[in-house]
This record gives sequence, C-alpha cells and structure tokens, in this order.
Amino acid sequence: MNFWEYLGTRHQQLLTDTYQHASAVFQCMVIATLLGVLIGVISYRSGWGGSLAITSTSAILTIPSLAAIGLLIPLVGLGVPPTVIILTLYGLLPIVRNCIVGLRGVDPALVDAAKGIGMSRARRLLKVELPLAWPPILTGIRVSTQMLMGIAAIAAYASGPGLGNEIFRGLASLGSANAINQVLAGTIGIVILALLFDAAYVLLGRLTISRGIRA
Amino acid sequence: MPETVTTPSDSASARPASTSGATIQLENLTKSYPGSPSPAVEDVSMDIKAGETVILVGPSGCGKSTTLKMINRLIEPTSGRIRIGDEDVTDMDPVKLRRKIGYAIQSSGLFPHMTVAENIALVPKMTGWSKSGVKDRVEEMLDLVGLDPREFHGRYPRQLSGGQQQRVGVARALAADPPVLLMDEPFGAVDPITRDHLQDELIRLQHELHKTIVFVTHDFDEAIKLGDRIAVLRERSHIAQFDTPEAILTNPTDDFVSGFVGAGAALKRLNLTRVRDVGIADFPTVTVEDPLQSIFNKLRDGQHNELLMLDRRNRPYKWLRRGDLMRAKGSLARAGQLVHDTVTRDATLHDALEAVLTDSGGRVAVTGRRGEFIGVVDMQTLMNSVQELLEADRLAAMEHEHDLEELRSHRTEQELEGGDGGL
Repeated sequence: MNFWEYLGTRHQQLLTDTYQHASAVFQCMVIATLLGVLIGVISYRSGWGGSLAITSTSAILTIPSLAAIGLLIPLVGLGVPPTVIILTLYGLLPIVRNCIVGLRGVDPALVDAAKGIGMSRARRLLKVELPLAWPPILTGIRVSTQMLMGIAAIAAYASGPGLGNEIFRGLASLGSANAINQVLAGTIGIVILALLFDAAYVLLGRLTISRGIRA
Repeated sequence: MPETVTTPSDSASARPASTSGATIQLENLTKSYPGSPSPAVEDVSMDIKAGETVILVGPSGCGKSTTLKMINRLIEPTSGRIRIGDEDVTDMDPVKLRRKIGYAIQSSGLFPHMTVAENIALVPKMTGWSKSGVKDRVEEMLDLVGLDPREFHGRYPRQLSGGQQQRVGVARALAADPPVLLMDEPFGAVDPITRDHLQDELIRLQHELHKTIVFVTHDFDEAIKLGDRIAVLRERSHIAQFDTPEAILTNPTDDFVSGFVGAGAALKRLNLTRVRDVGIADFPTVTVEDPLQSIFNKLRDGQHNELLMLDRRNRPYKWLRRGDLMRAKGSLARAGQLVHDTVTRDATLHDALEAVLTDSGGRVAVTGRRGEFIGVVDMQTLMNSVQELLEADRLAAMEHEHDLEELRSHRTEQELEGGDGGL
C-alpha cells in the first residue's frame, strides 16, 4: 500500500486526529496567552519580578517534554490532563518574555503623556500600553504555537489526543507494512496544521494591530 | 471653582462656551528624592494670575520641569501646597485633577496607535461627554489649531510632520476645555522655522482662549516671545527673577539673570514690540493698471523719487525709481525691483529690522491680512522707536527701583521701631 492509498483508507481516523490536535493546541494557546499576558502585566514593572518570570518560564522549557509528561502521569493520570498542563506550561515562555519586553519597550514619554491627560492605571494599560505592546506579544504567540504543534505530538505518549498517536503507532511497529506511512501522515499533518495556524495569525495581526504602528 | 468646571450636561447640549483661565498658586513647593542630599526643587512659591502665560526658563537640570509636573502632580511634592482657582488640589485624586489640566509635552506625546481624532477625543470621552459632543469637539479643535478636519481626522500620528503632530498635541491638551494648560518644552523637537510658526499660533490661540498657561523652556528668546511674565530659575528651581519680559531685559536683578538673558538685550527688546505700535508711513503708489504716462508724470512731479507699484489685488509688487523706466526703455515689465519681502502689522520689530536691512532701499512694505498694502516702515522710524522704547524702559526700571528702595527703607524703619519696643 503506498502513501496515497493509505490516506484514502484511513482518512476518517486521520481527520479526527488532526482535528483533535488542532483543538488541543488552540485551547492550550488560549490558556497560555491569558496566563502569559497576566504574568507579564504583573511583573513587567519590577526589575527582579520580570527576570524571575522569564527565568522560571525558560527553566520549564529546558525540561525535555517527554520526561515532563512521563513525570506528570503518576500525578494526574493519562489522557487529556497531562497534555493540557504540558502544552500550557511550554507555551508560556515566549508569550511572557515578549509581553514583558513589549510592555517595557513602550516609550516612557507616552506613558507620561497618558498619565498627564488623566488616564487611570487600568486605562493606561488597556488603552495605551497593551495595544502598543501587542505586536511583540502576537509574535510570541506565533512562536509558542509553532512549538506546541511539535510538543503536542509527544502527548500521545500519555494517551493524549492528536496526530502524535499516528507517529507513535508507526514507530512502535517499524518494519510492518504501514509503519512509514503512519509516521509520514502524522508528521505531514502537523506541518500542514502549523502552516494553517501561522496564516491565521497573519490575518489576526492585520485585524488587530493598529494601522498607525504596523510595520 | 464651580464656574470653570465643564460639566458633561452643558458640554453635551451644544458647543460649550470656552472656559478661561484660573489662578494657580504654588506655596513653598519642595521636592526631594530619597538618597539625594539636596532637594530637586526647594521652596518655590509663585502666584500666577488667571489668563496669564507664565514661562519657566532656566538652564537644564534646574528643576523647571519638575516644578511644572508638580502642578498636575505627575510628580508628588514632598511638601507645600498647590491651589488652582480657589481649590486646594494638593490632596485631590490626581487622575481627576489631570483631566482638568491640559498637558502638552515635547515630541507631542500622541499615541501612535490611535488616529488624530481618537487622540483628541481621549479626554472629553473620559470626562463623559456625549458621542456627538465629542465628535463636534474634535472637528472644532482641529479647526482651532489650523488643520483641516476632513483631511487630518483619520490620519495616524506617523503620517504627520513634526509641526502637525505638535498642533494635534495642543489640540488634545485643550480638547476638554481645561482652564489651565501646562506645556513642557512643547516646541523643543521641531525645526526653527516650524517652531516660529507654532509660537505664533500659540500667541493667536491664547488671544482667543485666555487660558492660564505655564510653559517650560530653556530658550530665552522663546520665553520673551510667548510670556506675559517670565520666571528665570536657577538650580533647585530658585526664582532668580519673576517679572515681565521688558523688565527682565532692561533690569535684570543679578548676574545670573543677565547672563541668562545673554548679549544683545536691546536687540531682543525688538521682539517685544510689533510693527503696529510704531509709525507706519505713507508711500506714493501706482497700480499695474495705471497708464504708463501717468506713472511717468507722477515720478517726474512728485517730491519722491520712488514709487511702489501694486498689483491688481493691491499687493506690493515693484519698487520703481525715477531712472528705472528710462533704463528699461519705457517697458514696465522690465523696470524696477520686485518686492521680495513684506511684513504684517503683527510682525515684531525684529522681523521688520531684518527686512529693512536686507532691502537695498532701507524700507519694507507693511501689508494687511490679505496681503494688501498699508504703508512702509523705514530705518529712521525703527531707530527712533527703539530709542523711545529703551528710554521708556529705563524710566520704568528706575521708578521700580525707587519704589523698592522706598519700601525697603520703610521696612527698616518699622523693624527699628519694633526692635526698640522689644528692648
């Protein structure tokens, strides 16, 4: 059976896996974005707070994802819980870092002007600082998403959802007729998903970044 | 200050009548930062009248900006009181306070992600104006600062020139019609020609609005041009002299002030007087439509050996001398010298002198609003009026000194009496 025939017979299963993969990454990205921006907003104004946030999130990233997921299984069990935890944690770093860098990069004269015309702390953050820091934050989100696409495949090790199941099944039965096809289908699926997400982010950027600061 | 607060209801109904300035009183303001031995601003007291433009001028690092920022409490004073109108604002909620005080800074401080209209609408929106009220106000403010609302409404700050950005910055500061306007070196970052224009605009605006303006600059010439009164500050914001520009130029209190005024006080004095204040002389004119023969006759008969030729709209066009027509063999097109520089009645004597000096004939034509000819100013007139001005200043300064001395001797007498009583 060649690759195309394989796709033809298994497309039902493949589409389900793809959908689950995308859905897991998407949901975890939403959580990671909210959490990451929150951490950034809380810590960007203090020197050590910002460093602490960046260092601790990058420390998480140095843990091999396969090991991390293995360590989580005894704590939270198999399936969805370890997948969500791992994806969210790994997605944090680029968002937190870009959020802090972006917020710190806002021209102090503009913050001064915002204060001077009578904007409250919250309004300043929502109307001036976050919109100006949004382009780097969005870049962080893009980077995170790319990374999570790959890491999500490993979640299959903990019986998580997604295209990782194809890859692991293929790797487990190397030498059998469909082993290569399975690995190939899983990998190509992830690459295509990553490209689709990236295109969506470009569109999101066009829609949400003010024309006044678009590069 | 109930009369100066713009309430949402009256602003929503129609175009609100413009609020004019409120008094500002600074009492013993001091700002010290932890860890630095001497305060950045020490014991500044200042009474600013309603509708007055006061310039804080001094060398960099003298604390003039800090003093300004304490008025809207961007920097909290360590001690001292601030009163605006009749209200003590030292302990007021700073956010509320700042919405009643216009604030314009160097490099305009416009938010780059908002359009011009959104920038200007910020403060009125925050203070709860109605949607249509805000919209009308934005148009009105753009008009006020000389930008076409239709053209500039939807532009982003980066699509504007530096001067235009600064205008929008001023429009934003004035949008909620605050009685007080604080300006922190607002024209520091634009080129000299634009700066000159913006200064003229500010003078015009203030003529219409009568706000209380506190303006910080390190440029003494700017201070002279814009200020009703100037406070010359030395380090820690100590007031070296707080007086009218005329008084500071002619009678600086000490070496620090005269050093800051710099050389050429008499020349700078020229910036304080306008062409309308000196004698504008008549000058014989002809128009381009006059027949050649009558121009000839006028030149031959008249006591003047020169004529000013006006164009169809009465604007100065050419200087014609007696010999010019001869030399040009009777052709008007070739005869005479084109008028290349004119001044308006609002121009300073400095500008007029400049024009007179560069003109070969030693005079300059004065024009009205639409460029129509009014008269001429020549070297002699300028010299006479400058001498008169300086003489008047000297007299005023002497009188002032005399008053001070009287006051001092009066005080000493009183102290002596008081001392006697104590013994």
